[in-house]
Amino acid sequence: MNDKENKKGVKIRALKHAFPKTLPILAGFLFLGMSYGFYMRAEGFPFYFPILMSIVIFGGSLEFVAVSMLLSVFSPVTAFFMALVIQARHLFYGITLLDKYKGTGKKKLYLIFGMCDESFSINCSAEIPEDVDKGWFYFFVTLLNQSYWVLGASLGSLVGSFVAFNTEGIEFVMTSMFIVIFLENWLKEKQHISSLVGVLASVICLVLFGKDSFLIPAMVCIVLLLFVFKRPIGRCEK
Amino acid sequence: MTLTQQFIIIGLCAVATMLTRFLPFLVFSGDREAPKLVKYIGKALPGAIFGMLVVYCLKGVSVISFSYGLPELIAICVVVLIHLWQRKMLLSIATGTVVYMLLVQLVF
Repeated sequence: MNDKENKKGVKIRALKHAFPKTLPILAGFLFLGMSYGFYMRAEGFPFYFPILMSIVIFGGSLEFVAVSMLLSVFSPVTAFFMALVIQARHLFYGITLLDKYKGTGKKKLYLIFGMCDESFSINCSAEIPEDVDKGWFYFFVTLLNQSYWVLGASLGSLVGSFVAFNTEGIEFVMTSMFIVIFLENWLKEKQHISSLVGVLASVICLVLFGKDSFLIPAMVCIVLLLFVFKRPIGRCEK
Repeated sequence: MTLTQQFIIIGLCAVATMLTRFLPFLVFSGDREAPKLVKYIGKALPGAIFGMLVVYCLKGVSVISFSYGLPELIAICVVVLIHLWQRKMLLSIATGTVVYMLLVQLVF
C-alpha cells in the first residue's frame, strides 16, 4: 500500500468510528437548526443569514439571541459581552481538552474553531481504539456535528422561504429552549444559588434599567454576585 | 439597523465566540494548570447565564397591560410539566412553541 492510500485508510477508519457516535446529535441539531433557520426567515432576514451565522458563530444559544439583538437597536458592546458570557463555557471545554488535542497538527485549528457542547462531550468521553487515529476521530466528530447544525439551519431557512402560514409566536421556540436548558441545569446542579442569582439579578436590572439596556448591568451583577457567593457555591460544586 | 450594522453584530458575536474557544489553547499551553478562579467561574457561571437568558426572552412581556403575560405563563407551565414528565428536550420545546403560537393566534 502506498503512502497516499494509507492516509486515506486512516481517515476512513476514523470517520467510521466517529459517525455512529454523532448520530444522537443528528436529530437534535437538525430540529433546532431548522427551527433557528425558520425563525430567522419568519423575522424577515435574508435566507443566507442563518447559514452564514451557523458557520461563523456555530453556537445555538448565541445564534438565537443574536436574532433578537439584530432586531433591536444597534448596540455592539452589549452584543460582544453577551456573546462572551453565553459562550464562556468554551473556556472550560478548552482547558479540559488541552491534552487531548495536543499533537493533532493543523486539524487542531478546526477542532478549536468548531468546538461545541456536543463535540466536547463526545471527544472528552470517547474510548478510541488503538488502530483509530485520535486526531482524525476528533476532527470528524467536530465536522459532522457542525454539518448537522449548518444543514438544519439551511433547511429551515429554505423551508421558511416557501411555507406560508401564520408564524406569529414562533419566537417562543427560543424561550422554550432556554427554559428547558435552565430546567435541566437546575435538576442537575447541587446548589441553586447561581441559577437564582442569574434570574433575580436579571429581573431586578430589567425593572431598573428597562428592556433595552439591562443586559450589561445584569452581567456585571451576576459576575460580582458569583464572587460574593464563592464559598457556598464552591463548597457544593466540588 | 443597516445591513452593515447587522454584519458588525454578527462579526462581533463570531469574534467573541472564537476568543472563548481559542484563549485556553493560547494561554494554558504546556502543563500549566488553569487557575482555581477560572475553574470556579466555569462551574458557577452557566446556571446564572441560563437564568439570565430566560429573563432576556421574556423581557418584552408586560404584566400590567393586555394580555398580562398569560400566554407566556401558560406556555412556560406546559414546557416545564412536559419536560419533567418526559425529559425529552425536543418534545418539550416543540410542544411549548406550538401551544404558545396557538394561544397568541387564536385565544389572545
